[in-house]
Amino acid sequence: MPQRLDPQALAKRNRRMLGGAFGVVFGMVGLAYASVPLYDLFCKVTGYGGTPMIGLAAPGAASEAEVTVRFNAATQPGLPWRFAAQQPAIRVKLGEEALAFYTARNSADAPATGISTYNVTPEVVGRYFHKVACFCFEDQTLTPGQSVDMPIAFWVDPRIAEDPVTRDIRTITVSYTFFRSLNDAERSGALANAGAHVGRATR
Amino acid sequence: MAHAADAHGHDHHDHKPGFVARWLFSTNHKDIGTLYIIFSLVAAIVGIGLSLLMRIELMTPGMQIFADGQMWNAYVSAHGLIMVFFVIMPALIGGFGNWFVPIMIGAPDMAFPRLNNISFWLLVPAFLLLGGSLFVGGGPGAGWTIYPPLSDAEYQPGPAMDMALFALHLAGASSILGAANFITTIFNMRAPGMTLHKMPLFVWSMLVTAFLLLLAVPVLGGAITMLITDRNFGTAFFDPAGGGDPVLFQHLFWFFGHPEVYIMILPAFGIVSHVVSTFSRKPVFGYLGMAYAMVAIGVVGFVVWAHHMFTSGISVDTRAYFMAATMVIAVPTGVKIFSWIATMWGGSMRFDTPMLFAIGFIFLFTVGGVTGVVLANAGITQILHNTYYVVAHFHYVLSLGAVFGIYAGIYYWIGKMSGRQYPEKLGQIHFWMTFIGVNLTFFPMHFLGNQGMPRRYPDYPDALAGWNLVASIGSYISVASFVFFFFVLWATFRRGAVASSNPWGEGATTLEWQVSSPPPFHTFDELPRIR
Repeated sequence: MPQRLDPQALAKRNRRMLGGAFGVVFGMVGLAYASVPLYDLFCKVTGYGGTPMIGLAAPGAASEAEVTVRFNAATQPGLPWRFAAQQPAIRVKLGEEALAFYTARNSADAPATGISTYNVTPEVVGRYFHKVACFCFEDQTLTPGQSVDMPIAFWVDPRIAEDPVTRDIRTITVSYTFFRSLNDAERSGALANAGAHVGRATR
Repeated sequence: MAHAADAHGHDHHDHKPGFVARWLFSTNHKDIGTLYIIFSLVAAIVGIGLSLLMRIELMTPGMQIFADGQMWNAYVSAHGLIMVFFVIMPALIGGFGNWFVPIMIGAPDMAFPRLNNISFWLLVPAFLLLGGSLFVGGGPGAGWTIYPPLSDAEYQPGPAMDMALFALHLAGASSILGAANFITTIFNMRAPGMTLHKMPLFVWSMLVTAFLLLLAVPVLGGAITMLITDRNFGTAFFDPAGGGDPVLFQHLFWFFGHPEVYIMILPAFGIVSHVVSTFSRKPVFGYLGMAYAMVAIGVVGFVVWAHHMFTSGISVDTRAYFMAATMVIAVPTGVKIFSWIATMWGGSMRFDTPMLFAIGFIFLFTVGGVTGVVLANAGITQILHNTYYVVAHFHYVLSLGAVFGIYAGIYYWIGKMSGRQYPEKLGQIHFWMTFIGVNLTFFPMHFLGNQGMPRRYPDYPDALAGWNLVASIGSYISVASFVFFFFVLWATFRRGAVASSNPWGEGATTLEWQVSSPPPFHTFDELPRIR
């Protein structure tokens, strides 16, 4: 600042600077919100956190190499379902498409809607685990006592045997968790509710 | 080096407005700075009071004064949030920043005096909301990190959590407005000749801090807005039942939270540089290195956040990166520590109270920095995460580091701000009480953490009783020293010697020592010329 500015020019410069600062602030708030879809996209593209790849068709088995794929099932306590894998594990050739089943049964006497999320562990194999067809993140409504089979078709990329990070992996665990969908929870009054003293020892 | 215009003309137009207009509608940077410092002291009484209750509870095994874990968690959360947002930040940024940034750069006031006023007055309702939340329902018992799902409506029902979140919103808005004001002031209002590379280091520290605030706090604002809508309006940003991801909150929180710890410590770096230079009667060693070390800390501080999440299930490669990046921060921090030592080296040193606190700061911050390097190791953190080792670490850098910086600033500048010098003997007694008290409180926590004592529990096994007793006794000494500090303040105002414009002699070279003590209501109507 070589010369002293007259007050009006200074006020103008100050206002411009303030506008820029607020621009940065709004940009950062925007980035915070943008991080929600970006984080999701990042996981889908990179397989981060054990997010499987979706959509590609299996190339077919190229070798005799196999991995064991185990199936894990979990249910949120708020969802009155019994949800389990039909087979604990299967062995599958690298590159070959395989099919496995889960079963879900509504054990309540009212309809209940579930929605599921999934991943694979070890998390580093996410980028090599491809799902062809799945039942993830669609609402499933089961009438009282109704039971359904849920198929999952998948294949494991043969490149898993070439990547130094993953070539020692012999077992992959597929994990599904069913939640009660928020709309259904709200309808049925099962949504976590703001009682006065939840969390305290003396209720 | 600096040469103020003479105070000619100040006498006849230095009349101050009446009490209400002066303190409630204040637009004067010095008055607002004073308000911030008083506010910080009041909040410190509450925050330190909460920590005293916590140490009473932890003095012996078993439950003493707390009803249950939720009440404990609520008090722990309130202690953390009050200390961060309502004690350290207002004192360092709002208080000393407002008081001395305009004077040090030769500006008549902040760029936006009214914005400055609203910055302060947003803090008051924020503090009342947070304090009030303790008495509503079970209180906001989710820790200062407010991770979902613990902070969701399922586990923290009732309005207490929402009050705490809204308090954060207000405090955040206050910080953002303040930061925009500082940036504009520092870039546009410098006196002729005051180039960026001649700016005092405290101004540099405030500039970097303001940028960190501007970039980090809006992310917290976004994250807690999502949390509030998750709690109250049926969104599912962090709820897997609706496709959300609770780990995303941790990423957003720490993207704010890590720069936040530098926001709290950088202004203290600035103060310590001035104090060390003044009482060694030497210019600070490696001025440019010191300034750009702060810039480097600020920049690198934005890319290390996930070292707070080593046990959140992130992959080993991610941990390796965040571990290496975190350790890089030790380099500019080391530059600062060694430059302070080099400033003292061969200097004609005086051990007045501000200097004692500054040297105490360097020592304690180094201890906390070393445990920080230990914790930066992803493997070690698997064991030490959420133990008292971490509690010891961050209290060494913040409770002892930042607070010693605040005390150094108060003793250094109280003559300038009030016109009365503190009694030196009392100041030294205060320093030694505080130094012994806080070390006795926090050093044993390293041992407790290594023995596996987890954070955020009101009770512990008998095996840990010994060091907990020591820590509690230390905390009583610390609280006594805080009470003693108020006696020192009283003694200062009551019978302190009248301060000259520069009570520290030739070492004090910055512009605030060229104006009278206290400075006239309007400083630098005539711009000083810096040569």
